[in-house]
Amino acid sequence: MSDEGKKNSVEPGQIESGATQPEMAEREEGHGIGRRDVIKALASIPIFGVFFYSFFKKKFEDDFKRREILAELGVIEGAPAVIPEAISRPPGELIRVGIIGFGGEGESLIRSAGFAHPDWVENAREAAEEDPRNKWLQSYLDQDDLNIAITAACDVFDVRAERGIAASQVDVRPGGGRTFPAARRYLRYTDLLDSDDVDAVIIATPDHWHSRMTIDAAAAGKHVYCEKCMTRTEEETHAIYGAVRNSDVVFQLGHQNRQAESHMKAREIIAADILGLVTLVETTTNRNDPVGAWVYEIHEEGSPETIDWEQFQEPAPNKVPFSLERFFRWRCWFDYGTGLSGDLLSHEYDAINQILDLGIPKSAVASGGIYFFKDGRNVPDVFQAVFEYPERDLTLVYSATLANGKWRGKVFMGHDASMEVGSGLAIRAEPGSTRYEKKIEDGIIDTSLPMFTYRPGFRGIDAVTSATEEYFASRGLLYTYRGGKRVSAYHLHIKEWLDVIRHGGETSCNIERGFEEAMTCHMATRSYQLGRKVEWDPVARRIV
Amino acid sequence: MTGSPGYTKFQLTGLVALRMLIGWHLFYEGLAKLTNPYWTSADYLSESKWWFSGLFIDLASSPTALAVVDFLNEWGLVLIGLGLTLGCFTRVAAIAGVVLLALYYIAAPPFVGYIYSMPAEGSYLVVNKVLIELVALLVVLAFPTERIIGLDRLIFWKRGAEESEEMLAFAEDVR
Repeated sequence: MSDEGKKNSVEPGQIESGATQPEMAEREEGHGIGRRDVIKALASIPIFGVFFYSFFKKKFEDDFKRREILAELGVIEGAPAVIPEAISRPPGELIRVGIIGFGGEGESLIRSAGFAHPDWVENAREAAEEDPRNKWLQSYLDQDDLNIAITAACDVFDVRAERGIAASQVDVRPGGGRTFPAARRYLRYTDLLDSDDVDAVIIATPDHWHSRMTIDAAAAGKHVYCEKCMTRTEEETHAIYGAVRNSDVVFQLGHQNRQAESHMKAREIIAADILGLVTLVETTTNRNDPVGAWVYEIHEEGSPETIDWEQFQEPAPNKVPFSLERFFRWRCWFDYGTGLSGDLLSHEYDAINQILDLGIPKSAVASGGIYFFKDGRNVPDVFQAVFEYPERDLTLVYSATLANGKWRGKVFMGHDASMEVGSGLAIRAEPGSTRYEKKIEDGIIDTSLPMFTYRPGFRGIDAVTSATEEYFASRGLLYTYRGGKRVSAYHLHIKEWLDVIRHGGETSCNIERGFEEAMTCHMATRSYQLGRKVEWDPVARRIV
Repeated sequence: MTGSPGYTKFQLTGLVALRMLIGWHLFYEGLAKLTNPYWTSADYLSESKWWFSGLFIDLASSPTALAVVDFLNEWGLVLIGLGLTLGCFTRVAAIAGVVLLALYYIAAPPFVGYIYSMPAEGSYLVVNKVLIELVALLVVLAFPTERIIGLDRLIFWKRGAEESEEMLAFAEDVR
């Protein structure tokens, strides 16, 4: 401030606290705080009156609507009431596990069982240092110790078998688990099954091996965790079903979506009949990157010397000369799998089956084509399948493309409301609903907004990296929540299998669910291949 | 200015209204967050862009840090809002408000090329309502009214004489 400014300053009385001359006079005379001072000091109180009136009116109205809706629906907004208690059980005696197939999926499963490859640990550590949102390592370390040892590894590709062995003796273990000696490598899975060092096996090979390995494992009395799709053909499905049913082994099919909290909540919503009659369910796959279309990296060390090609293609219907593409990108050929059907429809179907208990459809019609990835594959990259359930008055539509990433949720369309399920769920009332008609008229339910939402978990953020990973996360396939804590869905699914081995009970994706999954997927595949509608004969238990 | 160091009634009304409306807004923002069990700053922080994005994302990704940030945010807004509306410890409230709004702004500035997934209710280029509210709070700070209309009139009663000098100087400065 300039000196001039000071000189020009006005008499204090005019500016001080804005007090007027009579008030100043009062103060100077020692009267202290005057009545006018108090009035001016408290002038904002009426504003607060207005504020709180508006605030409580709004809150009361919102709460009233909320209560009315929840009372009508009869569900709570919290976590699902029934969560299989997969976390707190003591791990019991050590279970010795053999891994058959240590590709990407096998490595994920073994990591989720508490044995990360040392390179993965290093990468995860670096990733967390670079981006604190990255929780890979933390989530791994936070897992429970399942009290298992990886005692055997089998893979037809030397590099992967070695990776399996390295993972089996990793010294960075979750839950304070100890370090174990290296797993023994087996060149053939049958030798692994003959071993006395193995109580249970995780099968993460391509689909064309699943049934044969599971049948042999059941015969050897080894418990089986088998990746989806359970089989490659209808015949294999009958064979594996019979073998597992006639054995004492515990079977779990690798649909980790069974552990997703949002799916359990969705089941609760269906049980409470909030949606009215559900006549249409739409579920989808949208991916738009080469890895999402199974164009996986070809390992630089892959060669006829490092890969036992003849063993790899042993159960395949067509034998072909050594092919790196076919070995590393096997999902692109019907010889080893069933493309979208067995890979992603199987997950989507199993999630819907988990929520609705649908079983095998009466009929299926599928169509599609190879429209984008014209890379020599023979499975479609755009694939649509329509399944009819006349006894349930319901149609299930699966719609998939591998050349567009637009998010489309699982949508359950009922007469009274629609429910969209992802990693959480949201329910919107139908403007034409009979049940909610009155509440919509009364303005209690606004059909433009969800009347019920459920968002599980952790108040925080999760980092996902690749497009494929994001796809899996959004569909509840990567991780879920227990008591607000993020947990790998794979981990919970393996843990459930081990719990049943130790304590008895049923796995959530047992051979019955597996039979339904495989047959439903094969109906779609068959329809696509035959170019006609196929039906399920429930008496002969055959696709016709 | 009018040449008078005090405010005309029109000026005083405008300034008090500005102070109270900002107070109302921040107070309600705080209460709305406090009464919503699902509210968290994580989504906002995780979208952070610009120079400080690393810091904000770090905060969002640590559950402990996030709990602290959420607590400070909720109660900060409530107390700042109360202070401004009531005219109670107004300068502290206004300064805290400026700091908080500055944090909101630098966490996610609407600069050219930055796209956020959070929907904005208007169209913004560099200037958004956070920045305007921040500058409006600076005006509240520069043209104090709390000792005319507000609890500070009573709170700072005894310190009246020295403070008035200071305020006078401040008002002069601004002029």
